[in-house]
Amino acid sequence: MKLDPQLRDQILAAVPSLRAFGISLSGNVDRADDLVQETLLRALANIHSFQPGTNMNAWLFTILRNLFRSEYRKRKREVEDADGSYAESLKSHPDQLGRVEFQEFRAALKELPDEQREALILVGASGFSYEEAADICGCAVGTIKSRVNRARTRLAKLMHVENLEDFGPDKATRAILAGNDR
Amino acid sequence: MKDHKSVKSPPMQTETPGKTNSGLNREIQAKIGQQLRAMFDEVVQEGVPDRFADLLRQLDTPGEKASETTGNPKDEGRSG
Repeated sequence: MKLDPQLRDQILAAVPSLRAFGISLSGNVDRADDLVQETLLRALANIHSFQPGTNMNAWLFTILRNLFRSEYRKRKREVEDADGSYAESLKSHPDQLGRVEFQEFRAALKELPDEQREALILVGASGFSYEEAADICGCAVGTIKSRVNRARTRLAKLMHVENLEDFGPDKATRAILAGNDR
Repeated sequence: MKDHKSVKSPPMQTETPGKTNSGLNREIQAKIGQQLRAMFDEVVQEGVPDRFADLLRQLDTPGEKASETTGNPKDEGRSG
């Protein structure tokens, strides 16, 4: 099937933020890239169901988000006893995940429940409106708003700091570890 | 439906330890917002990896071995 060049450009243009979304969700670059690949294949296979003129980014984000959700559930069952393995895989790819301070932040993000994390990323980082985020997650706008609020509150607690200068790596790590209910 | 009230977060102090004053809290929220965007943008700035550009190019060009990389062999029969 020949793809409309305009659509192809829109899809290509969305790839960088799709990756960023995938990494934020999964905390893992390789998995994120697999998610993006799968998203692109699905998008192309279903391109006829995309309505030209609507938001291509939102459409693709929806696909990726649903893929992640279904894959995550499967995976969770598979590795439910290997609790720390995922965190280990994060540590073993420090370069891939960019600068140190973001790793701390990512670690804090990982502590959030899935639906809070995705809401926060969609609204706070990807630049979607509450309405668009609600569409992507298939829930009500009010639900998104409260998830974002709860995510912010929880993050602030995780990154609990006496003053802002302490927002560096070590403090944040300790805050996260301390916040871990174990 | 234009309801441009600024979204004021409701008082969320259920479990706030008493020492967090709201000014500091606001600053922390601003910092969180910055980190969130910075973290996201860091990846965005990496652009489109070749892998995905190639994928789209190959899928887009009928008869050019699309099946090899994508495992979607159905399309190939068309050109033959």
